[in-house]
Amino acid sequence: MSSEHGHHPAPLSDVEARTRALESILLEKGLLTPDAVDKVIAVYERDIGPLNGARVVARAWVDSEYKKRLLTDATPAIAELGFGGRQGEHMVVVENTPTIHNIIVCTLCSCYPWPVLGLPPVWYKSPPYRSRVVIEPRKVLQEFGLRLDEAIEIRVWDSSAEIRYMVLPERPAGTEGMTEEELVKLVTRDSMIGVAKAKMPDAHV
Amino acid sequence: MNGIHDMGGMQGAGPIAPENDEPVFHERWEKKVFAMQIAASGQGLYSGAEFRHAIERMNWIHYLESSYYEHWLTAIETLLSEKGIISREELEARVKQVKEHPEAITNFPPSNGPSQLAGRLEKMVRQGGSTRREIATAPRFKPGDKIVVRNIHPGGHTRLPRYIRGKRGVIEKDHGVFILPDTNAHGRGKNPESVYTVRFDAREVWGEQVAVRDSIYLDLWESYLEPAS
Repeated sequence: MSSEHGHHPAPLSDVEARTRALESILLEKGLLTPDAVDKVIAVYERDIGPLNGARVVARAWVDSEYKKRLLTDATPAIAELGFGGRQGEHMVVVENTPTIHNIIVCTLCSCYPWPVLGLPPVWYKSPPYRSRVVIEPRKVLQEFGLRLDEAIEIRVWDSSAEIRYMVLPERPAGTEGMTEEELVKLVTRDSMIGVAKAKMPDAHV
Repeated sequence: MNGIHDMGGMQGAGPIAPENDEPVFHERWEKKVFAMQIAASGQGLYSGAEFRHAIERMNWIHYLESSYYEHWLTAIETLLSEKGIISREELEARVKQVKEHPEAITNFPPSNGPSQLAGRLEKMVRQGGSTRREIATAPRFKPGDKIVVRNIHPGGHTRLPRYIRGKRGVIEKDHGVFILPDTNAHGRGKNPESVYTVRFDAREVWGEQVAVRDSIYLDLWESYLEPAS
């Protein structure tokens, strides 16, 4: 901020001013502390993000028993890898196959499985995705560069209650010799939302 | 309520605009709003259902013109003032003060070591908190049952999207008993009831224009549903 360098501060936007005003009142009332603010932000900026989900997916790709547990009762299976918490209390993982493609959305707000995917991207929370993906999923997928055959069944999961969904993408062909750690790098956030497939192995070499 | 937030199936919103290498937060104020929501809900100042409904009650134009974290900020302001935790006058006076003399507000005394609140909130986000209740009820439906969604238009909070009302589906899974947001958001009790995943043929919802094999799954509270023959 320019004020820290002794210049005249730039005028605050309305939303910045409102945020600072509310924050200062909550601090005065003891309903907020500066280190609580920093701690909460740090958890979601540093610790919790889509790498967690990628680890779950890679484990499922290499360990068929784990995959079975994950698809049967996802919350404890995800907890085996140390992930869980707010907005992931009741997890369901849905599997993409050569004949079924799953996509997650929340049309009413922006429900999203935070412990495995982190906080949602702006497009996931915005009207175009929330309004369109339930009525024209194939067009939406095309905008993400994914053209699916009519014969493939598309299942859209609208997270309308307290269950949170994650997609288990298909393991890409040609990855048979790869280690779990190598596979993690192929699993993108978008592939776990269902708007993309996992990366092909040569895409990251 | 049939609000602007209930947008499943609306048309004309334009293209989806993914951003490459998107940061977790774009602006510093967004981080603060996120932390304030975690702190306020984490201290029980309001429920998740109340928070969602406060967003749903936003003016339509404001909702569409503002970003996600401005929705959050608006909802926090609404709920804390309605509950008398802060006053509107106090807030507006402080906003004016911040705009006119931001330097007078920016410096807060540093904490004396880690605060209790920081530890509490970290524990809360890492452990989560469920609205599922472990009570024995007799679920009205079981997987495979045919249902029809009630054609209801509650004026308050509901988790029943408009686009699925009146549609026929099949119970896929029973998830157990959860607090009913429709009453909980309005202080009318927790009224826990069964939540089911229900499968709908996309054609049942949207007609012939969609692919014959496609389907939509929603998680719906029992009182949203009726048996279908």
